[in-house]
Amino acid sequence: MSRSRRRRLQLFRAIVFLVLGAFFLVPIGAMFEFSTRGNALTAPRNLDAWKNIVQTPDLTEAITASLELAAITCIAMLVLLLPTMVWVRLRFPGLSRVIEFICLIPLTVPAIALVVGMVPIYRWIEINVTDSILILSFAYLILVLPYSYRALDAGLAAIDLKTLSEAARSLGAGWGTIMLRVVVPNMSSALLNASLLAVALVLGEFTFANLLFYENLQVAIAYVGLVSATTSVAVAVAALLFAFTLLLILSFVRSRSGTAPADPADIQIAQPLAASGAIIGRAR
Amino acid sequence: MTTGGTEATRSGVEVRLEDLRRKYATTTALDGLSLTISPGELVALLGPSGCGKTTALRLLAGLEEADSGRVIVGGKDLTNVPANRRNIGMVFQAYSLFPHMTARQNVEFGMQLHKVDVLERRERANEVLELVGLSAHAGKYAHQLSGGQQQRVALARALAIRPKVLLLDEPLSALDAKVRSRLRDEIRRVQLEVGITTLFVTHDQEEALAIADRVGVMQAGRLEQMGPPTEIYSRPATPFVAEFVGLTNRLRGTVRHGVVDVRGTEIPLVEPGVPDGPVTALVRPEAVSLASDGEMEEGPLVGTVIAVAFLGAMSRVTVDLGDTTVLAQMPTSTASQHPAGTKVRLALRPDPVLIQREEPAPVS
Repeated sequence: MSRSRRRRLQLFRAIVFLVLGAFFLVPIGAMFEFSTRGNALTAPRNLDAWKNIVQTPDLTEAITASLELAAITCIAMLVLLLPTMVWVRLRFPGLSRVIEFICLIPLTVPAIALVVGMVPIYRWIEINVTDSILILSFAYLILVLPYSYRALDAGLAAIDLKTLSEAARSLGAGWGTIMLRVVVPNMSSALLNASLLAVALVLGEFTFANLLFYENLQVAIAYVGLVSATTSVAVAVAALLFAFTLLLILSFVRSRSGTAPADPADIQIAQPLAASGAIIGRAR
Repeated sequence: MTTGGTEATRSGVEVRLEDLRRKYATTTALDGLSLTISPGELVALLGPSGCGKTTALRLLAGLEEADSGRVIVGGKDLTNVPANRRNIGMVFQAYSLFPHMTARQNVEFGMQLHKVDVLERRERANEVLELVGLSAHAGKYAHQLSGGQQQRVALARALAIRPKVLLLDEPLSALDAKVRSRLRDEIRRVQLEVGITTLFVTHDQEEALAIADRVGVMQAGRLEQMGPPTEIYSRPATPFVAEFVGLTNRLRGTVRHGVVDVRGTEIPLVEPGVPDGPVTALVRPEAVSLASDGEMEEGPLVGTVIAVAFLGAMSRVTVDLGDTTVLAQMPTSTASQHPAGTKVRLALRPDPVLIQREEPAPVS
């Protein structure tokens, strides 16, 4: 490659980076700027909105609930999906199409339709079992299935599951040992991807919670926005930063492991993050 | 000096497969296979793909279940014991090292599961890694090792748990030719040193004949013939074995009074007592010799060399006899006297041959 061409390429990269960076950072910067405005036109800048986040009990409760929901959904998804997918791959490869189809259904059904279908069940649970918001994690589990399935599927495709598990069995490993000591360590980046997708989706979820009358983070942001626009924007910025931090942690973990090849699941991260951004935006 | 085996493994145990049957949806993989492997013996199962040899090995490993029949190792019936409790070491065709572990961790994995304490584990890992000549690479990951090295680590890993039986499922087929023959000899050396009863599955007849104490040739889920390599090669029991083990010329002839007349040469039969009539005789390339001196009268065994394939010490010469072609194998120095285009006279050594009844409509 000639020198001038390389320089042009570098310039092109820098421009793309700047444009994309501006695309993401300008709105966030503007949101941050807005969240620090005083109440009156002439009022000095302050961090009252940010202080409100921790001083509004409804908001802190909703944040805690959303984080708990994210954790529960994420763990439930992994516990449900990973062994199932491993089992299907090893024992019933013919069923993998069916599993894939089932997991992708939530993607094709609009959230509003899903919720309408769930309302009677949730009414019943609320009256007869519990009214805890954490019960939403069942609905969220369905919501994250398509994304997490894709991420895990890519990870499983990257290892020779059959040979590795048979080798482990011949060495004396039971299925639990195979899952924890052979499968999981060899698809850590796929597991991280799947988890991140689940967390990002749950933190950005508004429709389900709102229509089922639960107050999660996004619903709370919407309500707070009616009272104090600056506080609601501050929370939105915080949620976005939280998602970005997760992404950074992910890429840090991956670059440290060093050997992980390009992962098709990476592409999919952008989607729910953008979705959660859109929902955050809508909640305002 | 390496000390790969302990008293327990050096003695080896007997393995018996009794009337194993296994059907898949459309095919019968094993159709009543019975096989006994003596303690410390290396038996190779040889056959074309789909003959059931891999299924037999997987049934012995416990990775698949038989429809009927029994697997007995060291006098114990293991038929219903799961794979992870059989204590049988296995090396796979595909690279099977755990990618997130170093060679040493791979070797120690099985011992951890068997609750071997740390010090003994270290020592044993050193021992088996030295046995396969990889002590210097103990800290490397699978992707830092060559294919041959990976299979050696896999062998060390399988031996580390002091298994009762060692199973080798085409462990060399992913390797290139040079590495393959070296590792093949090394597997045999290690097996003899440890003294472990071993079942080796391959479709490569050269591999099987080179390292096995006994070779079993399989076809369609059954054992066609079982015997020492020399017997399999020189006295094949069936035409299938003759054709599968080594190249064979198919020459037309006529049986008369217990011998077969092939183009004017009388050759004894492996199984006498065949009624007279037209047959196809299966003649080994090394039983065919060439002469190009003296007068070359036209005759049933005079033809033209059309190709010489150099195989190293040996060469294979293809001779066109007009109505058919014949392969002859000989030392390269002899073959060089008959370059392509030379007119030659063939001589068939009167080694006993197998025959097939002439089919109603011969293909060639």
